[in-house]
Amino acid sequence: MATYSTNEFRGGLKVMLDGDPCVIVENEFVKPGKGQAFSRVKLRNLMTNRVWERTFKSGETLEAADVLEFDMEYVYSDGEFWHFMKTDGSFEQFAADERAVGDAAKWLKEQDVYTVTLYNGAPLNVTPPAFVDLEVVDTDPGVKGDTAQGGSKPATLSTGAVVNVPLFMEIGEVIRVDTRKNEYVSRVRN
Amino acid sequence: MSWQPGATPGMLHARAALLRDLRGFFEARGVLEVQTPVLGRHTVTEPAIESLPVNANGLSGWLQTSPEYFMKRLLAAGSGSIYQIGPVFRADEQGRRHNPEFTLLEWYRVGFRLEALVDEVADLVREALHGPGPHVVEYRDLMRDHAGVDPWSDDDGVLAARASATSGIAAAQLDRGEALDLLMSGCVEPALVGKGPVIIQHYPPDQCALATVAEVGGVRVARRFELYLDGIEVGNAYEELLDAATQRARFEADNERRRAAGQPTPEPDPKLLAALEAGLPPCSGMAIGVDRLLMHRTGATSLDEVMAFSLDRL
Repeated sequence: MATYSTNEFRGGLKVMLDGDPCVIVENEFVKPGKGQAFSRVKLRNLMTNRVWERTFKSGETLEAADVLEFDMEYVYSDGEFWHFMKTDGSFEQFAADERAVGDAAKWLKEQDVYTVTLYNGAPLNVTPPAFVDLEVVDTDPGVKGDTAQGGSKPATLSTGAVVNVPLFMEIGEVIRVDTRKNEYVSRVRN
Repeated sequence: MSWQPGATPGMLHARAALLRDLRGFFEARGVLEVQTPVLGRHTVTEPAIESLPVNANGLSGWLQTSPEYFMKRLLAAGSGSIYQIGPVFRADEQGRRHNPEFTLLEWYRVGFRLEALVDEVADLVREALHGPGPHVVEYRDLMRDHAGVDPWSDDDGVLAARASATSGIAAAQLDRGEALDLLMSGCVEPALVGKGPVIIQHYPPDQCALATVAEVGGVRVARRFELYLDGIEVGNAYEELLDAATQRARFEADNERRRAAGQPTPEPDPKLLAALEAGLPPCSGMAIGVDRLLMHRTGATSLDEVMAFSLDRL
């Protein structure tokens, strides 16, 4: 496996640290005019999502992590695993466990495409698109004429996610949701 | 690919205004502006500074990391007090506050002790930054207060252990110089953020390549100071070493360390040594990073904002 030296550290680089795959968030070059050079690095541990801060002597190396991201279509869940298929025509499938799917589970809609991160060939993480369109399957009856008032109510979507929607929304309507903030964005007209 | 410069047109004007102010400052004080070569046959031996080699017209030389050696040859030849503003180069330095090429203001004041130079830098800071002058503090006090160590009485193992605790690097991997650098950047510099201009003076003698050494408060200190602006190092000053034999010994000690670390060992500059033998007048000298000064004056947060084209835009 390749190694990277501190002068190659860049945001987004995937490296191994203390046995875990990490992504470099930020690398700050620190060097007094007359002194030694160091790299002060922020890394996100991809197993735990925790952010670590470490200082390295200039020229130190870290092993590259075998971490790759692919677009994959969500196919189905068998109750234990969520199955994804590459969209490159290979039909290659991968089974993601609960830890890998995490919070993304509530946004998974069959045949939609997600970013699946593979570590040593197995799903490590599933990231939904920033915006998804989903149908409202349950909410209190709509309040007519209340389109300008603000105010909101909870609505359950087809994937099981619950978001706050404006009072006028009805069951059966399709809405666009920002998955990063868990927020209603707009109504989608068919 | 972006062809555009990092500096806005407003920033180009701010840079020109700063250069005008700096030149005005030295002209008013009768300090002569000089220009010395950027490409030299020799370069520094300081272990923490790497030079960029250049081959041109049969000359196997180096881009200068500072105009110091040429300027000292001018001083030895009777130039009187001189200053220079120009590009310098340091290999392997890149980041938000580092670029392999940057603009250095360097000046030498004949007959100045370090204290006189502290006063002049205070005037320069007030005029160039239109603000208050710097607080002058002792290196030893800062290390005791913020890093909890005394580099004069604690042994190197204590320094390494403390530096290891702040950085996460194993103590066994840290020599004394590295430990002090980590404590400065990890403990002291953060405490200077928001404090405006600060002059840190009287470094441990082993932290200085070309300074004279004196006894202050019962310990031997290098007659050296650094200027910080809100926790960011912008310049370094020495009361200059005059003795050729001591200088030669320091060059050789540098190259010993370089050999041990597998770094290149540039030949010590024989013409600088010859000039020192002929006699350098007693003087103090300072170098200030003009780009970082401009960052501070404009509130910029990276060199890329204040340089027309930083490394990533070449």
